[in-house]
Amino acid sequence: MAGAGGGTSDVQWCFSQVKGAIDDDVAEADIISTVEFNHSGELLATGDKGGRVVIFQQEPESKNQPQCRGEYNVYSTFQSHEPEFDYLKSLEIEEKINKIRWLPQNAAQFLLSTNDKTIKLWKISERDKRPEGYNLKEEDGRYRDLNTVTTLRVPIFKPMDLMVEASPRRVFANAHTYHINSISVNSDCETYLSADDLRINLWNLDITDRSFNIVDIKPANMEELTEVITAAEFHPNQCNTFVYSSSKGTIRLCDMRASALCDKHAKQFEEPEDPNNRSFFSEIISSISDVKFSHSGRYMMTRDYLSVKIWDLNMESRPVETYQVHEYLRSKLCSLYENDCIFDKFECCWNGNDSVVMTGSYNNFFRMFDRVYRQDVTLEASRENSKPRSVLKPRKVSTGGKRKKDEISVDSLDFNKKILHTAWHPLDNIIAVATTNNLYIFQEKLN
Amino acid sequence: MAGADGDDSLYPIAVLIDELRNEDVQLRLNSIKKLSTIALALGVERTRTELLPFLTDTIYDEDEVLLALAEQLGNFTMLVGGPEFVHCLLPPLESLATVEETVVRDKAVESLRKISQEHSPVDLEVHFEPLVKRLASGDWFTSRTSACGLFSVCYPRVSSTVKAEIRQHFRTLCSDDTPMVRRAAASKLGEFAKVLELDYVKSDIISLFTALASDEQDSVRLLAVEACVSIATLLPQEDLESLVMPTLRQAAEDKSWRVRYMVADKFSELQKAVGPEITKNDLVPAFQNLLKDCEAEVRAAAANKVKEFCENLPEDNREQIIMTHILPCVKELVSDTNQHVKSALASVIMGLSTILGKDNTIEHLLPLFLAQLKDECPEVRLNIISNLDCVNEVIGIRQLSQSLLPAIVELAEDAKWRVRLAIIEYMPLLAGQLGVEFFDEKLNTLCMAWLIDHVYAIREAATCNLMKLVEKFGAEWAQNTIVPKVLGMANDPNYLHRMTTLFCINALSEACGQDITTKQMLPVVLKMSNDQVANVRFNVAKSLQKIGPVLDSNALQTEVKPVLEKLATDTDMDVKYFAQEAISVLVLA
Repeated sequence: MAGAGGGTSDVQWCFSQVKGAIDDDVAEADIISTVEFNHSGELLATGDKGGRVVIFQQEPESKNQPQCRGEYNVYSTFQSHEPEFDYLKSLEIEEKINKIRWLPQNAAQFLLSTNDKTIKLWKISERDKRPEGYNLKEEDGRYRDLNTVTTLRVPIFKPMDLMVEASPRRVFANAHTYHINSISVNSDCETYLSADDLRINLWNLDITDRSFNIVDIKPANMEELTEVITAAEFHPNQCNTFVYSSSKGTIRLCDMRASALCDKHAKQFEEPEDPNNRSFFSEIISSISDVKFSHSGRYMMTRDYLSVKIWDLNMESRPVETYQVHEYLRSKLCSLYENDCIFDKFECCWNGNDSVVMTGSYNNFFRMFDRVYRQDVTLEASRENSKPRSVLKPRKVSTGGKRKKDEISVDSLDFNKKILHTAWHPLDNIIAVATTNNLYIFQEKLN
Repeated sequence: MAGADGDDSLYPIAVLIDELRNEDVQLRLNSIKKLSTIALALGVERTRTELLPFLTDTIYDEDEVLLALAEQLGNFTMLVGGPEFVHCLLPPLESLATVEETVVRDKAVESLRKISQEHSPVDLEVHFEPLVKRLASGDWFTSRTSACGLFSVCYPRVSSTVKAEIRQHFRTLCSDDTPMVRRAAASKLGEFAKVLELDYVKSDIISLFTALASDEQDSVRLLAVEACVSIATLLPQEDLESLVMPTLRQAAEDKSWRVRYMVADKFSELQKAVGPEITKNDLVPAFQNLLKDCEAEVRAAAANKVKEFCENLPEDNREQIIMTHILPCVKELVSDTNQHVKSALASVIMGLSTILGKDNTIEHLLPLFLAQLKDECPEVRLNIISNLDCVNEVIGIRQLSQSLLPAIVELAEDAKWRVRLAIIEYMPLLAGQLGVEFFDEKLNTLCMAWLIDHVYAIREAATCNLMKLVEKFGAEWAQNTIVPKVLGMANDPNYLHRMTTLFCINALSEACGQDITTKQMLPVVLKMSNDQVANVRFNVAKSLQKIGPVLDSNALQTEVKPVLEKLATDTDMDVKYFAQEAISVLVLA
């Protein structure tokens, strides 16, 4: 784990692979909407706006090129969700995959995928044998002359090329009035939660016709609505604990042991607002777009528009660490509001040993913050430096008056190129970064 | 050999075998369900050497096919050559016991348990027990969870060395890394304890039980509560205090409401398992706490057990325990903030009156019944009313009638039709207990009002209710109180109400008998055949068909027949159809 432990200080990131079409003309359906490694990191799943899930598998390490870890290649592709129409409410339901979550590993792989309304459990399994031998026909389908059939023949299984099959095992529907923003599997491996704007439901993975409402923040009168749920997640090892974040910038931690309905939180994490920074946009930019527990379960990380905050679960009053992602945008909030960028929902992720966190920004930049060495770096996912094993150069955005060489000015940032979804391999220094319709995979340069 | 029989007998089997690998799931499923036919045709040897290897590899199939296969294999012993060869069934069942789908795995385990009994003790050690070990040390949690269900079936029939190994395997699974396996082990703990020697129960099982009951996962801890019942039953009374009670006390006060819920839910079983002495000292206070729990789900589960718990208290000081310990809690629950708690209580509280006797009931319980009869939640009131019979036996219903009536009236007029429907269903019961006099005076109007309810389901239930009342109170009562009102509705301007008259007649004719039907009902029905609404007319035809058997043949020929003949020439299709049907059923043509 030397690599993972070293943090960014001595890690040099190099390009590994890029997936997706090269041309600039982006089809809406191809826009990547979620990225997620499985628990071993061997598989990497992406979901897109077209309702498809693509799973990549890491090739076994090749002995000839020890410096290059196994590449990720397509393992299985399937249509998880189709566009639907809710006739009762006259609403179109998009097929866009909002989240993917892997279940604990077994012989076959299972994942949950969700769009705005419906969660599905998929099984991805391998098959390398197929039966051969019919009684009444040849293998190619021609019928035999019945007179030649004098004995019974039992088919036998013969080896064949590996086939990967994805099959829908359960469909969890009709439990959400609002749009589902999060799903999270509990450490008891028996239940999972799904959160929409106002409610959180608890499901049993085996039961599709029933779920329990555990949080409901819908006011009796919708005009009194002041906040919505933006994300929710189970604690990685305490099966009774989950958190949910809100558009007001607070995170509430609930204990399911205390009562069946968790409307009363056990803890509320909230940082008092700095009156000096108060502006028209304060409330919008304090909205939390993602919340993630560290692997250890001791910390959680939240992402708001301008920063990433690390909270110790034992301290509710303020975060233990705050990292500015793109502070230079503070003066641009007005134009970001006008082009709706201010409502972008950036996600964030931890590295395998919780020492580094990563999140995205604009201009296809993404940021890493080393918690141990207190260092941060801006990297760019772009085709220009996509030579295999070429080292990524740190990027700098000029914030002062004078722009230095190699710096890019705030005004020339491309706000249409944004990195919302990133994922970190659970054990190794391999990251997956989704630009609009491309998936970049970077890894640590090994000498 | 099957081959020698020629094509004719071969063909259907050949089709079945080919369909085992058909594209269509339904065909594969049908084929699997006829697996015994295939095996019979192949003979025992080919079944063992060809069919079973094929089935062993077939685990890629859909769950429903695998489920059917797992079930079939449980009954396959004779088809592979009897108990001597039963172990041939183990490989396919072993692979089925490792699949991800829980229902398939459970069925495979069930079949394995079944065929384990058909193994000779030697085969059990040579074939079956190694399979259990393989499953127990499998890489994936699915195989380890399946192993948990197999220990108890082989343990009693193997040698003591193998027994020791089995115990060791079970111990390992109880502390498995994955909660799924620990849950599987916890849920089989009681069953496994039952087949163990008492010494091992004390030495092995208790420590496992204690560990599982303090697992970090709620979902594991709550399963230990169930095991507690079985374990407590196995142990001699004097060991319970030291071996089981600390854990049980801890579970009853667990931080997680789900565990406490489980204790409440299993309370009667626990009570029986630990016996009267511990019940008095430990369970009574525990039960009090559960009734006062901060989580409504727990209170509701405990409230459900109030009657059973009280019934099973040792008789010598039952009354004193109830009066001083339980009743005060029950009193609080009557005004609980949660309606599920109140309605759970309302469904059992009346049962206490038989236990406490007349005087206590009047003094202590009656006020509670009356309070619940006035509860804001209709379900609570309904639950009280539905259990009136218990009180009736002890103090007579008159004590309650003053409060009963307003409660009934309110439910009868509830805005929710399901509530109205529920109370209608209790009417015959109430009528029986309140007596005809009270009924006529107070409830008859309600019953008639339901006949013109705007919801069809209520009108239908009201008709059915009238029939049951007539069965209870007799034809004479019907003639005086019900029939005139029902017949009066035949002139109602609303055709739906006119139809209700017909429906009532359909329901009542048999109970009222020939005389009333012919003299009073028939003329009304016949008159309605001229109704301007076709729906009424075809219901006349249907009614005539229905009451025909009750009428005498004279009336049928002279009165019914002409009317039906006229309706058979009606301009409306449906009227014609039902008239013709009535004519043919009543044999009037």
